[in-house]
Amino acid sequence: MSNQWDLYEVFIRSKNGTSHKHAGSIHAADANMAIDNARDLYTRRSEGTSIWVVRSKDITASDPGEAAALFEPAESKIYRHPTFYDIPKDVPNI
Amino acid sequence: MYTTDLRTKEQKQKDQREAIAQVGEDDIAFQARIDDDQFIEPKDYMPEAYRKTLIRQIAQHAHSEIVGMLPEGNWVTRAPSLRRKLILIAKIQDEAGHGLYLYSAAETLGVSRDDLVQQLHEGKAKYSTIFNYPSLNWADIGAIGWLVDGAAITNQIPLCRTSYGPYARAMVRVCKEESFHQRQGYELMMAMAKGSEAQKQMAQDALNRWWWPSLMMFGPPDEESTHTAQSMAWKIKRFTNDELRQRFIDATIPQAEALGLTVPDPDLKWNEERGHYDYGDIDWDEFWSVVRGDGICARDRIQARVKAYDDGAWVREAAEAYAAKQQQSAEVA
Repeated sequence: MSNQWDLYEVFIRSKNGTSHKHAGSIHAADANMAIDNARDLYTRRSEGTSIWVVRSKDITASDPGEAAALFEPAESKIYRHPTFYDIPKDVPNI
Repeated sequence: MYTTDLRTKEQKQKDQREAIAQVGEDDIAFQARIDDDQFIEPKDYMPEAYRKTLIRQIAQHAHSEIVGMLPEGNWVTRAPSLRRKLILIAKIQDEAGHGLYLYSAAETLGVSRDDLVQQLHEGKAKYSTIFNYPSLNWADIGAIGWLVDGAAITNQIPLCRTSYGPYARAMVRVCKEESFHQRQGYELMMAMAKGSEAQKQMAQDALNRWWWPSLMMFGPPDEESTHTAQSMAWKIKRFTNDELRQRFIDATIPQAEALGLTVPDPDLKWNEERGHYDYGDIDWDEFWSVVRGDGICARDRIQARVKAYDDGAWVREAAEAYAAKQQQSAEVA
């Protein structure tokens, strides 16, 4: 076996006006090859107009074990949601 | 199926003992998440036995896709028209793609792709028994698409909701593409079945040979499939082998009738009371003998894989040398 190639994460923009979305991952010797391989693997049926690839090891991810603490600040701030506010039904356009 | 448990009885018992020995508080929380229909993602806590089961199943599924290219590749140079050849090549390319989606999903569980490929090449990994049968006449290509991919779809649609996120997502992509595989196969069977007498005989011959192996793809009957209960509890598996097999038979018989072909099972008949077809006994001795590696093509398949891998070595080396050179010149500049 040769050296295992780097793993790249692949993001595809399906059409202009939408953002790139994670499609999957791919092995490649370099970034250009990752784009070519991603083209063959993830856009065989015209699923994309643009591809991003990034080495998986360059991604910093939050820890699922810490998710509760990480996202806790938002939990207690229900006043950030429009439904927090009671407005009489007969007031229009709000 | 591509995902059928092909472990020996002893291995299953050993794995089960290890699983039972490990239940802790985390495992109870994990099961609660599963029961709540949540997806499990790569870095989430998961019991070791869950991880092991998934690695085994996903890797076997990936290997099946990769080896599955071989019976079809056999016919690329002999396809009867350019249209059929293009379709066949596109289908084979999809199978390679499915293998890659699945290897990626397995990698998220902490195994390396090189190790998985090596296990396949050393004959240590299992893949679906169906691919150890030979593709003898052109109608086999139709029968494979119609029956083998049809059975695969029956198995894979519920896997789109399997509890492990990356596996479920890979399955969504796979299922979208499988429908083309089945339809092109059925169309090919139609062309043969409506053709000359000789062509119709080839179609019938292909159905005769692929019918029973296709039913075996769903794996042993439920009473012999000891791991099903655990996989169902973890929601890796959503339906039992027999449930899926029945679903496939019920869906496929009217398709065979529309072709004017006969399924090679004298015991097959519609059961009004059950609302399903009854079918004859499956030769499970044949199934287990193919699992053990006695399939007609078992040795050829692995040899073909190893040869393809070895023959491609210079391409990989060239790509690595090129990447290294590009990086060097980028550093200098």
